[in-house]
Amino acid sequence: MAIATPPTPAAAERMELLAKMWEGRPGVLGWFTTTDHKKIGLLYFWTTLVFFAAGGAEALIMRTQLAQPNEKLVSPNTYDELFSMHGITMIFFFIIPMTTGAFGNYLLPLMLGARDMAFPRMNALSYWIFLASGIFLYTSLALGVAPNAGWFDYVPLASRQYDPGRNIDFYCLGIIFNSISSTLTAAQFIVTIFKSRAPGMSFNRMPLFCFAMLAAAGGLLFALPLLSADTIFLFLDRNIGTHFYDIARGGSAYLWQHLFWMFGHPEVYILIVPAFGIATEIIPAFTQRRVAAFPLVAIAELLVVFIGFGVWAHHMYATGIPTITAIFFGSATAMVVIPSTIQVFAWCMTMVLGTARFGTPLLFIAGFIFMFVIGGLSGIMFVAIPFDQQVTDTYFIIAHFHYIIFGAAVFPIFGGMYYWFPKVTGKLYYELPGQISFWILFVGTNLLFFPMHIVGLLGMPRRQYTYPSGMGWSGYNLVETIGGYITAAGIILLIGNLVVSYFRGAPAGPDPWHGATLEWTTSSPPPPYNYAVIPKVSSAYPNWDEADRAEDRAKLAEGTFVLMDGHEQVAVTPVDGTFDEVVEMPHDSPWPPLLALSLLLVFFMLVLHKYGAAGIFAVGTVLTLFGWHSKEPQEA
Amino acid sequence: MTARVRHRGRLALPAGLLALVLTGCDEQQDALAPRSHAAKDIASLFWWMMGVAWFGLAIVVALMVVAWRKAHRRPGHEPKEGEAFAFKVVIGAGIVFPIALIATLFVIGDIFVIGTTQAPARGATQLTVDVIGHQWWWEVRYPGTSAVTANEIHIPVRTPVRVQVSTADVIHSFWVPRLNRTIDTIPGKTNAIELYADAVGRYRGQCDEFCGLQHAHMSFYVFADPPAVFQRWLRDQEKPAAATRSAGATLFAQASCANCHAIRGTSASGYVGPDLTHVASRTTLASLTIPNDRNDLVRWITHAQEVKPGNQMPDIRLTNAQVQTLATYLESLR
Repeated sequence: MAIATPPTPAAAERMELLAKMWEGRPGVLGWFTTTDHKKIGLLYFWTTLVFFAAGGAEALIMRTQLAQPNEKLVSPNTYDELFSMHGITMIFFFIIPMTTGAFGNYLLPLMLGARDMAFPRMNALSYWIFLASGIFLYTSLALGVAPNAGWFDYVPLASRQYDPGRNIDFYCLGIIFNSISSTLTAAQFIVTIFKSRAPGMSFNRMPLFCFAMLAAAGGLLFALPLLSADTIFLFLDRNIGTHFYDIARGGSAYLWQHLFWMFGHPEVYILIVPAFGIATEIIPAFTQRRVAAFPLVAIAELLVVFIGFGVWAHHMYATGIPTITAIFFGSATAMVVIPSTIQVFAWCMTMVLGTARFGTPLLFIAGFIFMFVIGGLSGIMFVAIPFDQQVTDTYFIIAHFHYIIFGAAVFPIFGGMYYWFPKVTGKLYYELPGQISFWILFVGTNLLFFPMHIVGLLGMPRRQYTYPSGMGWSGYNLVETIGGYITAAGIILLIGNLVVSYFRGAPAGPDPWHGATLEWTTSSPPPPYNYAVIPKVSSAYPNWDEADRAEDRAKLAEGTFVLMDGHEQVAVTPVDGTFDEVVEMPHDSPWPPLLALSLLLVFFMLVLHKYGAAGIFAVGTVLTLFGWHSKEPQEA
Repeated sequence: MTARVRHRGRLALPAGLLALVLTGCDEQQDALAPRSHAAKDIASLFWWMMGVAWFGLAIVVALMVVAWRKAHRRPGHEPKEGEAFAFKVVIGAGIVFPIALIATLFVIGDIFVIGTTQAPARGATQLTVDVIGHQWWWEVRYPGTSAVTANEIHIPVRTPVRVQVSTADVIHSFWVPRLNRTIDTIPGKTNAIELYADAVGRYRGQCDEFCGLQHAHMSFYVFADPPAVFQRWLRDQEKPAAATRSAGATLFAQASCANCHAIRGTSASGYVGPDLTHVASRTTLASLTIPNDRNDLVRWITHAQEVKPGNQMPDIRLTNAQVQTLATYLESLR
């Protein structure tokens, strides 16, 4: 019995009061000023879906170009822009903002039993900066000067000498701009996880999804500065005349690669670890069993990102780094396998020991495990350095990391869309079309990516806009392209199903799956204040603890721990999660979108090399910050 | 020993199946059709890894099938039923077993096989070849001789050759999958790799690192010749151009050709495009983009931007007669 239904008239009155207090400004303007993590999560969700469509369209154009040899659908430069933008979009503008921005934002406070993120205005700011950076980057595509040296953007190809246009300036600034948003998200995820949990939720009782978010946020916080340094150096080299990467003047082409992959490899784990988190929520709900080996899984989620920081040079085996260096990174690459195998067997054992019900969300998780294991096994092959050096920069690599990034990161996102759809909308989705969409996607992605292993071994390098006939590659490429269109059809069916369900689905009630975590204890969609009573937590599966939930209802009836004197939230001690204090939270603010707008203007001036104007807008940004801090929540 | 043999037998099945799929394909750049000890070691390493990988995938799929079958049988259970057993499985199958397997792979791959793919030391081979990557073609030099050619590397068969790779501009990667792994060309650095071919033949290679607009058209051939044939070829390549006084030669010098191309024995000494001293001895043009025949040569001279958009060679504006004269001259450079 969820707390969604008020136990007594007095409780109903209290809930009404809370709703009034926490409701944001109504109407369209309310979406601009909102600091509600759920609304921000939804903004993230819709925006990232648009970018997903853009990145997917780019991929389909490439696949059409490669359907047969010597195809002339796009020019070489357009093709280069397409694969650069596809990579940048899918990584920085789809998966990261979808998993952290949309799923993390919406679910983290709910699962922790909090009423909002620790820094609600900063949370809003991260969204508006994300949106602004996306507009900034896609302006380059509209103007025909999109980044064209790949998402990895190696120097000297990306230097001014070999790429004199604005393309790479858009790349550098777009990446830096986007990193600001991800850094804000990461920082406040960490603080929220440490400080905003419901009292009683010590670390060993925290849902695994939150461990995954902590791992991703920690990874982002440490990895992004390396990328920012890298891109700032490149921007300075290109426009100010510094020599970080200028070989003729003592710079180094290796420097770019080291910094890039010191960011880039942790990034890969940052992309998939939230997906692990989604899996560890769907599996217990759809097997009605606690996740097997919980502590090992929690540690593995954190370890995978941590070890992920020590493997970067396996992207550089072919660059002529010393053999001993390569072997060191080979052994680190071997180690990073273990946290993943722990999780795979824990998921499987949970499914074996529980009563698995293969509804659409669990189907996507089963598909995810299948594809993650394939991608992982081809990844283990790179422990053998000579093999890595043989297939690096071929389609074998593309196959490997698309099994990881599409199979292991995006499939759980799809599964999560179905799983939390009833919570977010209050409606049930249609099950049969859901299952059909899974099977179409499963067949499509395997047709799309599996043959890439084979063409890679047959010697087809990646990032080439066309290829000759007579290499034995043509048939496989045609199959891949067909698989690409099937995948697109599956995604359209999935989204279509959810849209139709939104308008015509049956009411879901607060807890259609008998889910394990706190979000299933409140109504669907959750009220603006999330929980009428700060919930009691005594395990990692609080919704299954009937006694605790009864206690919550009693407290609501009595009016204890309702916190309705103001816009209030509980703060706890970081590790044990014991009650620390009640904090006053900020509310609706127009400053985050304004700050993002002024930053957007700064970045546009920078890319036009109008540094004076950029400075003026930067002053505007600082003034916005003054406005922001003119009224603190305590004074509200 | 018997166990080992049985193991091999099991693995041969999936390996054989994939081999069946792969046969019938052109083997030009097939990493699994190796023709050197290095490439063979890498290929057999792959077959073993793939066999074990299928086995690993089978275990996970089997577990999910068990879950699916049980789902239809048992309705209720405790939320933590079988936890001790699950813990043992996770530790055994998720930690101990993979560590043993990966440690084995690490030792085989990174201690033994890696040795065979290493470059021979400077001076350890009888022949050294310098390969210089350009956007978007390969310059080939034979140190100690005056031979300079492009996009076609000749080596003596069954002889280790040290190839030193460097770049004139951006990062490229030198890769002949049937003979060895890939090696990048890094600005300001010279990397090295061994080329060795078991059999006489033509082996296709390709730039393996994105290097700009025409990365797709930056291929090359390695010809492994019998030693005597190779020596004759090298002597021919060392000679300066034969015909230096012809209408075509004059045209070459007067038109813009000589700004970018060198023809040894003439005044043409440009260094933007390939050395053309023996261009007619090569089988293809523009880094394997088109065959080296009369029609394609003419098309290349007049419409280089259409054949290979963005490359450094401009469309040369000449009268039809001039083009034919020039082509005749170039075709005489054997």
